[in-house]
Amino acid sequence: MFYREAGQFKTSYAADQAIFPIRQDRYFLVALLLVAYLVVPMLASDYWLSTIMLPFLVFSLAALGLNLLTGYAGQLSLGTGGFMACGAFAAYKLATAFPDLNIILVFILSGLVTAAVGILFGIPSLRIKGFYLAVATLAAQFFLVWVFNKFGWFTNYSSSGVISAPPRAIFGDYFVTGSSASPEGKYLFTLTVVAVLALAAKNIVRSHIGRSWMAIRDMDIAAEIIGIKPLTAKLGAFAVSSFYCGISGALWAFIYTSSVEALAFDITRSFQILFMVIIGGLGSIMGSFLGAAFIVLLPIFLSNMPTLIGVSIQVDMISHIEFMTFGALIIFFLIVEPHGLARLWQVAKEKLRLWPFPY
Amino acid sequence: MEFLNAVFVAPFVEIFNYPVFFAEVVVGGLLSGIMYSLVALGFVLIFKASGVFNFAQGAMVLFAALTLVGLIEHGMPPWMAIVATVVVMIVLALTVERVVLRPLVNQEAIILFMATIGLSYFLDGFGQMLWGSDVKTLDLGIPSAPMEYGGIQVNQFDLIAALVAGALVAVLAVFFQKTRVGRALRAVADDHQAALSVGIPLKTIWAIVWSVAGLVGLVAGIMWGTKLGVQFTLALVALKALPVLILGGFTSIPGAIIGGLIIGMGEKVAEVFWGPAIGGGIEDWFAYMLALAFLLFRPQGLFGDKIIERV
Repeated sequence: MFYREAGQFKTSYAADQAIFPIRQDRYFLVALLLVAYLVVPMLASDYWLSTIMLPFLVFSLAALGLNLLTGYAGQLSLGTGGFMACGAFAAYKLATAFPDLNIILVFILSGLVTAAVGILFGIPSLRIKGFYLAVATLAAQFFLVWVFNKFGWFTNYSSSGVISAPPRAIFGDYFVTGSSASPEGKYLFTLTVVAVLALAAKNIVRSHIGRSWMAIRDMDIAAEIIGIKPLTAKLGAFAVSSFYCGISGALWAFIYTSSVEALAFDITRSFQILFMVIIGGLGSIMGSFLGAAFIVLLPIFLSNMPTLIGVSIQVDMISHIEFMTFGALIIFFLIVEPHGLARLWQVAKEKLRLWPFPY
Repeated sequence: MEFLNAVFVAPFVEIFNYPVFFAEVVVGGLLSGIMYSLVALGFVLIFKASGVFNFAQGAMVLFAALTLVGLIEHGMPPWMAIVATVVVMIVLALTVERVVLRPLVNQEAIILFMATIGLSYFLDGFGQMLWGSDVKTLDLGIPSAPMEYGGIQVNQFDLIAALVAGALVAVLAVFFQKTRVGRALRAVADDHQAALSVGIPLKTIWAIVWSVAGLVGLVAGIMWGTKLGVQFTLALVALKALPVLILGGFTSIPGAIIGGLIIGMGEKVAEVFWGPAIGGGIEDWFAYMLALAFLLFRPQGLFGDKIIERV
């Protein structure tokens, strides 16, 4: 009844090419942003902002990056954690080497550094694909984390290997990073970064770049024959994806945990983000957010579950049960809907269009 | 200059001066490579027969070892515990086929891959919930005294591991080449649909393959468990088997063995002779880089099926 495009005529090419051609989608997006910017900071407690919303946003960005690479360009990667670490350490080195540099610029530059590293580790994708490539990207994962752990230069020769992120401000004196920044400030800053980058991603995938990625994904030889250069398309996908992952890693280190350490970006992080992408839906911007929300909320829900239903279980038992439930849920989700939450969302929209008179 | 010397000159000088030490490192590397092969074998079996990249192989190794140790700790004699574990692994294979694989038939490879990651989480949690998460020692009376052969020190345990791996490969080869089931397995590996159309029951075959992979996992679990103690890190051994896998090719059993030998040797030699030059601790990633270098020249691995693509 409410979600219906009947009567919305496109009278110009601009209207035809709009990102969100259906009016209700636009309203929904604006409402969502309003809620995210105004309602959430007002209602949510500091705990909610800093332990649920922040990781959700940071993970969404990483999942978005991986989704561009795996979902759109079809290059399976398990090196996400390594690229996030790269972004985090690039941001740390830049921020400490140039203390006066604007933090936004630091993040963008660290994203670019990561993009360069991503291109380097994307080179094997020109030769190999599928699971061979996935295992090859593990090389990036282990190598990068080792490098950041091994060489003191990256941590400015800090003795413990764990370093706190330097506090930085935007607009003169509004601190957004470091431990002294307010949760609201961190949240709003992260939200803005994620929103802008998500919009950019949405636009990239519907431009000729995104279309060339999808052609490569569907069949790279056929794509090559119709004139798409695999070199630029694949390495471009690696670069853009790594850019997103790098910024996400920088946000993780500077804003979410306020400490820069390579161990936070180990192989389990890569898998976690791959889970998000697949649970959320491969080849869907919306899916990255849904998947991140699912994976961030699930462990919190699971660990609070026993107290909610009034059963007391030992701590190590809880963690084992968490593992089991997590694994079982993933299998369950894949069986029920292999195309992820985004597909469920799409189905719901289709249903809504016909509701309440399906005939 | 000093760095270049440490990378390009010093290691070779050292190798030339101490050939016995070098031989010892090489033999040690080869033998530890065999251990990687044991895990990689399970991957290859399942990938060959069902096209599933089974990430849960590491979890299966852990689960088998945990079950074995748990049963022995509960007072079962070792031989009986092994038999019981074999039964458990077969039941596990049947369950996996029924609960995970059958509903996901015809899905894309990446979906199945994800499902096996989910399975590995489940098994990690399940095994540790049943048997506890503290480190256990597994002692089946395998000797582990160092011995000397022609001036080279070799650990007896490593030799036995190599023998076990060799025997395992021989048994698998006979099983695949000479038996009726083995022939069916090879047919399924070649082409699912063609195999189905000549009347090979795919479901049974998958259950068999997963059972065999479970048994290989048990063998790997016994060897690794004896070496490292039975604990959660056993599941991470699977990560070490991955470069072996891409080096040897996903579909080749001899590839898994030879890949393991190359990786094991390369890793040890690099760690001992080149490690000091770049700061040590390189075994985390060296195997991957080595495999990557091979892949650039042979994208399907050393012994993998030639990749033929049609548009």
